[in-house]
Amino acid sequence: MRIHADVGKCQGYGNCAGLDKVHFDLDDDGLVVVRSPTITAEQRETVTAAVRACPAEAIWLADDEN
Amino acid sequence: MKIDRVAVVGSSVAGIRAAQALRAGGFDGEVVVVGAESAAPYDKPPLSKQLLTGESTAADIGLLRADCEFGLRLGVAAAGLDPARKEVILADGEPVGYDALIIATGVRARTLPGTDEKLVRSLRELRDGAALRARLADGDPVVVIGGGFIGAEVAAAAALAGCPVTIVEALAAPFSRVLGADVGSLLTALHAEHGVTVLTSATVTGVDRLPRDRALVRLADGRALEAGTVVAGVGCVPNTEWLADSGLPLDDGVHTDDRCAVRGADGVYAIGDVARWHDPAGGVTRRVEHWTNAVEQANFVAHQILRPAQAQHYASVPYFWSDQFGVKIQMTGRVGPGDNVEVLRCSTPAGDRNVALYSRAGQFTAAVTFGWPKGSVTTRMAWQHGAHVADVRAALAAVSDRVTPVDLAAKKGT
Repeated sequence: MRIHADVGKCQGYGNCAGLDKVHFDLDDDGLVVVRSPTITAEQRETVTAAVRACPAEAIWLADDEN
Repeated sequence: MKIDRVAVVGSSVAGIRAAQALRAGGFDGEVVVVGAESAAPYDKPPLSKQLLTGESTAADIGLLRADCEFGLRLGVAAAGLDPARKEVILADGEPVGYDALIIATGVRARTLPGTDEKLVRSLRELRDGAALRARLADGDPVVVIGGGFIGAEVAAAAALAGCPVTIVEALAAPFSRVLGADVGSLLTALHAEHGVTVLTSATVTGVDRLPRDRALVRLADGRALEAGTVVAGVGCVPNTEWLADSGLPLDDGVHTDDRCAVRGADGVYAIGDVARWHDPAGGVTRRVEHWTNAVEQANFVAHQILRPAQAQHYASVPYFWSDQFGVKIQMTGRVGPGDNVEVLRCSTPAGDRNVALYSRAGQFTAAVTFGWPKGSVTTRMAWQHGAHVADVRAALAAVSDRVTPVDLAAKKGT
């Protein structure tokens, strides 16, 4: 599983970075930056929580080939 | 006790995210979400923002993905709860049994006493938003009663749609209840720049119906404002009437302990706008009407149900946002009475951005950023760790090119 992001959808709410600063940050324009797209089994719960906390649905998890 | 069936009452963001979090956490029992509205679950913040401005349509703001992994009972309200039998009673008389119950029935808009709801609109449900958007297209004058964030967002959307707009606020400055008078005046200035008239210290005494579907808003000082559309943004009331006979502790919300669990009712939790939870940090109860809190409590309670042994108290960084005239306003923390406030102008590669910092005896209490999400995230990190306000200034300086203080007294004079 990898983290995917659509900066076109991102609105800069910052909930992802607020909940999981290991994987998410915002750039100077306020758009999401995926710091590291790979996740470990232990990180999965935190990452999925960050995904559900995105009001713009700009981030998601998907299999590597997708 | 093994939990096989979770009932969720409320199909807005708190309820839906709780059901999704249970599945994401590996819950393989039954999950059913009950919702009073028959519309497919949707997100509420856009109702006063993108849906009104036309940036989004109803189809864009759905909360469910195609693969909904839980049961939905929409269009039927919960009418009662029997915590001893562990049953929710629906309005059609059907009982819904549970091992764990998540109450997420939210709030409804407070109505202005003595006024006709058809004449003075409120904004809480999808149909309210769609109806209001249609009204704004007429370009008729709009009067917004109440200078809170919902009212300000409606005013901004109406002004962008080309309507003459007046905000009527009872306090001396709009937004001052949340932001304090100084920073409230910055937002007032933003509205004034876009042609919105802001009347302060103004009390509405009545709204009369005029011919041709128009209204007359009468003020205590004798003024009267004619409008095509009147919208009230005067706060919300928690939806707890269905719990009146349940024995649950109710007083401006469903009271919970510091883990969002309802005392005296086995397996019952309350989350989101309807929940009044005990915050051990302040030794107070809090009922929070913000999207991010609803989602974080949904995650927290799902975790409690799945792994109760890891119980810890709920804690979050207070945060909400507002969109007005294309400016994203983001607030972290809570402003207390008498807090010191300073405004900083931060130069960034994307332009100059204002940040208001609040503090008490040097301790950082809250921040408001205007159009600067990266600055907002920086203040959220700082709040989480309990920072000194000087550390927050330094953290903001680290993500901007230059930071200069803004003289609030001078700004107010302009």
